[in-house]
Amino acid sequence: MDRIVVSGIRKTFQLKPGQYVTVDGEETDRVTVLDGVDLNIRKGEFITLVGPSGSGKSVLLDIIGGLTQASKGIVQLDGTTITRPDPKTGYVFQQYALFPWRTALSNIEYALEVRGVPKRERTDRARYFLALFGLSGFEDRYPNQLSGGMQQRVAIARALASNPEVLLMDEPFAALDAQTREILQSELLKIWEKINTTVIFVTHSIDEAIYLADRIVVMTARPGTVKEIIDIDLPRPRDGDIRSSTEFNAHRARVWKALRDEVNKAQKDWALSPAYAN
Amino acid sequence: MAYISEKPGIGVRLPSIAAGSATRPARKHKTARGDGTFSYGLPLLMLFFLLWEIAPRLGWLNPIFFPPLSDVCRSWFGLAESGVLAKHIGISLQRAAIGFGLATIVAVPLGFLMGRYSLFEKISDLLVQTLRNTSQFALLPVFILLLGIGEASKIAITFYSSVFFLLVNTISGVKAVDPLLLKAARSMGTSDVDLFRKVILPASIPSIVAGARLAVKSSIFAVIGAEMLAAKSGLGYLIQQSQLMMETGDMYAGILTMTLIGLIVNYLLVWFERWATSWKGQSDTSPH
Ligand SMILES: Nc1ncnc2c1ncn2[C@@H]1O[C@H](COP(=O)(O)OP(=O)(O)OP(=O)(O)O)[C@@H](O)[C@H]1O
Ligand SMILES: [Mg+2]
Repeated sequence: MDRIVVSGIRKTFQLKPGQYVTVDGEETDRVTVLDGVDLNIRKGEFITLVGPSGSGKSVLLDIIGGLTQASKGIVQLDGTTITRPDPKTGYVFQQYALFPWRTALSNIEYALEVRGVPKRERTDRARYFLALFGLSGFEDRYPNQLSGGMQQRVAIARALASNPEVLLMDEPFAALDAQTREILQSELLKIWEKINTTVIFVTHSIDEAIYLADRIVVMTARPGTVKEIIDIDLPRPRDGDIRSSTEFNAHRARVWKALRDEVNKAQKDWALSPAYAN
Repeated sequence: MAYISEKPGIGVRLPSIAAGSATRPARKHKTARGDGTFSYGLPLLMLFFLLWEIAPRLGWLNPIFFPPLSDVCRSWFGLAESGVLAKHIGISLQRAAIGFGLATIVAVPLGFLMGRYSLFEKISDLLVQTLRNTSQFALLPVFILLLGIGEASKIAITFYSSVFFLLVNTISGVKAVDPLLLKAARSMGTSDVDLFRKVILPASIPSIVAGARLAVKSSIFAVIGAEMLAAKSGLGYLIQQSQLMMETGDMYAGILTMTLIGLIVNYLLVWFERWATSWKGQSDTSPH
């Protein structure tokens, strides 16, 4: 069954007065970022989204998350068209986006607070999710007292605490060092296998994309569309060793092949390089 | 960004980072302000007080205009014992507090609107800048004309002297809220009201509190000034009246009281600011 249906999504940005970009040799104040994205995502699926910088991955995620209006096309979540953030969706950002004035525990509680969960239950659930990420004992720490990896764990816990049916993750591990990154990847997989949320995970790392995914969606250079969808049929549960297997290597070659031309195209698109990106 | 194909996994699962690197940054110096500076500064202050004591006694200064410090202290205790001092202090502080309180009630919501909605700011900015650059003392006659000689005009001038510090700092605080935090909040379905209450307000607290510090000081100065010009009570009145009566001991007692109040209030505000923004600070402010 399809949980998310993305059909014909187009997004054109109108730049601010006085801002111009050069598209195909012409100056313009309108930029088309997504040009007809179609995508069906099954319930409980782990999708990774790769594509060159500026191909509109973050914009697509924002549209699915109800944070940005598409110019054309619709996104449906369980058959309902998305027009604003859905309480069933959780969002994790690259830069953690924790509230610095709230402790780890109370950052997680926030997600439940705004959804109207009673105080007692909030605290219990927040504690449970902190523990799930190995952060018991850090309840009262403020974000600036936590390492990057710990902050991102809190941010993921915050997104999961409301039991979302969809989890959107925009390069969540990109700011972390390689070891922490691998640890968090396998932690995320373990937890995902337990809760079976539908995940859309944006990454620039091919290895990460393969290791996590049921299917990899490869985007074209701007204006972004879906170039190719690659099934990753590696058995689960997966552990880190799988990265050195022959199958994994074959996937690596395949994903890189799909991406290479797009990355090259994007290189020529410097004028549009993500100067206006979030 | 180039695509990096990572090396095959290392296989060994490192111990959980969470447990492993519960880093405790080395303790920073408790607080920069206060500790060292006080003992360094004390001798010079003492010298100043000493000069104040002996200069009139040795006839370097006219003791009628400059009574020695010990005489001033005697006057101060006299005023304190009779309850006169407490009465004037109470009245001055009350005026300052009411003016400041009203300013907060007006400035914070207004600052929220101006900081958040650019159209609102575009419309009101010029007026605010014009008013802000008009001296509150120049306006005292206007307040008196409009509000009479009573309490209202004194409260108006304290209000006027503090409202812009609060307003300007609220606006800049609201504008400086990290857009990513707003996005995160929206992604969790935060309502507009909650966005103000739970995100924009706490995020701009440091800036608002910094503005409040300036505002409190300014409202105290303003109330003293207003009392000197037009009042029948308050510390400013006490100072002014003692001067007219040539009760210079009482006059200096009043001035010293002012200074003392200024110091105490500033200290309290610094403390409050630190408390309100403790989440920004170093790790040793944490309860653990
Ligand atoms: N609010 C905006 N106004 C104008 N242009 C925008 C806006 N947001 C994004 N863009 C443009 O849309 C394009 C796609 O941006 P997006 O952030 O989705 O790329 P991305 O695929 O996530 O790239 P990256 O991999 O670097 O994160 C970029 O060229 C960016 O400049
Ligand atoms: Mg992006």
